[in-house]
Amino acid sequence: MEAFFWDYGWPLIIMLFQSVLLMVVLLLIVAYILYADRKIWAAVQIRRGPNVVGPWGLLQSFADLLKFVLKEPMIPSGSDKFLFLFAPLITVVLSLAAWAVIPVAQGWVIADINVGILYVFAISSLGVYGVIIGGWASNSKYPFLSALRSAAQMVSYEVSIGFVIVTVLLCVGSLNLSEIVYAQQARGLAHVLGVPWLSILNWYWLPLFPMFVVFFVSALAETNRPPFDLAEAESELVAGFMVEYGSTPYMMFMLGEYVAISLMCGLMTILFMGGWLPPLDIAPFTWVPGIVWFLLKCLLVFFFISMAKAWYLVTAMTS
Amino acid sequence: MVIASRNPVHSVLFLILCFFNAAGLFVLIGAEYLAMLLVVVYVGAVMVLFLFVVMMLDVDFAEMRQGFLQYLPIGALIGVILLVELLMVVSGWYIAPGMLGEGSAPTPPVEQTQNIAAIGELLYTRYIYWFQVAGLVLLVAMIGAIVLTLRHKPGVRRQNISEQVARRPETAIEVVKVESGKGL
Repeated sequence: MEAFFWDYGWPLIIMLFQSVLLMVVLLLIVAYILYADRKIWAAVQIRRGPNVVGPWGLLQSFADLLKFVLKEPMIPSGSDKFLFLFAPLITVVLSLAAWAVIPVAQGWVIADINVGILYVFAISSLGVYGVIIGGWASNSKYPFLSALRSAAQMVSYEVSIGFVIVTVLLCVGSLNLSEIVYAQQARGLAHVLGVPWLSILNWYWLPLFPMFVVFFVSALAETNRPPFDLAEAESELVAGFMVEYGSTPYMMFMLGEYVAISLMCGLMTILFMGGWLPPLDIAPFTWVPGIVWFLLKCLLVFFFISMAKAWYLVTAMTS
Repeated sequence: MVIASRNPVHSVLFLILCFFNAAGLFVLIGAEYLAMLLVVVYVGAVMVLFLFVVMMLDVDFAEMRQGFLQYLPIGALIGVILLVELLMVVSGWYIAPGMLGEGSAPTPPVEQTQNIAAIGELLYTRYIYWFQVAGLVLLVAMIGAIVLTLRHKPGVRRQNISEQVARRPETAIEVVKVESGKGL
């Protein structure tokens, strides 16, 4: 019994603790990238954005959370009740589950599995079911049509993401996400040029730059971000597949969407920007722990994702 | 549940669950690469299209079940064949004791190689011709699908870019001297 506990029970407890820790941190970060998204978009439109709740509106996301949770959930009478409530659950659980294999720093990963990147790919390809089931279970025309649209879009951009991943895998020779980061440390352009401390040149964003761009655009389409926001095209489809949703189920859809976006940021950081590695391999940079570099790179990618709709609007207006 | 549920969409969802469980079985026997591939290809792509079609077709399944019982003999036959096959697999150690070693012999131990490396080694050395043939079959299927669906209707006007670029003012417009008060 004692041995059984130390062999199976204790690792389980540790893993549970790690998972809860990761989830709490992730949800906190999601609350603030939601805030950052709104602030950035407000700044683009020369507005102020959320600025009432807390200093500079910093607590806005939590106020929204309270509001969503305290509202009365409405279930349309003609809907498929089980599937209607199941769809947001799928979205949230899948997007959180994919984070289990993402190494946020050296050795900081819950499940260091051999097929890590394939696991992320599989889980993110399941995310489409949340959309399509939610749209169908609402038993209404608008959600159904927009669910079909966005599902078709998500499925088709999965292919290009897959091809980009294959390119990176050919360079690395492993499907393990930690191995991908190690490969960007061990060899690359900086070693060829004879300046090993300039490790930013080692990362795959430089040799695989076209792939990086393709992945970025596909990630926008995969997570239904503007300019690929066919799922929520407000002018035509009211609010996309979540028209019938309110209160907590709606919040779960939003949460799942933003966790998926943060997952795409993490994935781009690992595949193309060297994961937790410092940009320059010399003294002041190497003192900073890897998790900080990882977060900084993720936030940089998120900033570009957030700005993408502004660039799109500007180019659409000026052309 | 796939064939028992009344709603076709529920059937498809149960089928997805079925694939998912198959992937779980693959993970349990240590073939995680196959499991992930099953999820990506079948659950992630094929079943989505299934779901599309089923959702949009609006088939009345109760009507289709009218003449259901007349297929009972064929169904029973197939069921019996499958049952016999299963029994033969399960009782393999009894009928042919030497067979057990055959199945597990070529697999390298899990500790030594990774899944993908093992599959790749077999696929690109021993079974290279079959692999190529499979690729050719897929190519033929792809070309076939395009040939079947691509048809040029006579009444449809298409964009011809080289024609558009090659247009000159002499061929595109006609300059007419219009006298005042007369029109064309």
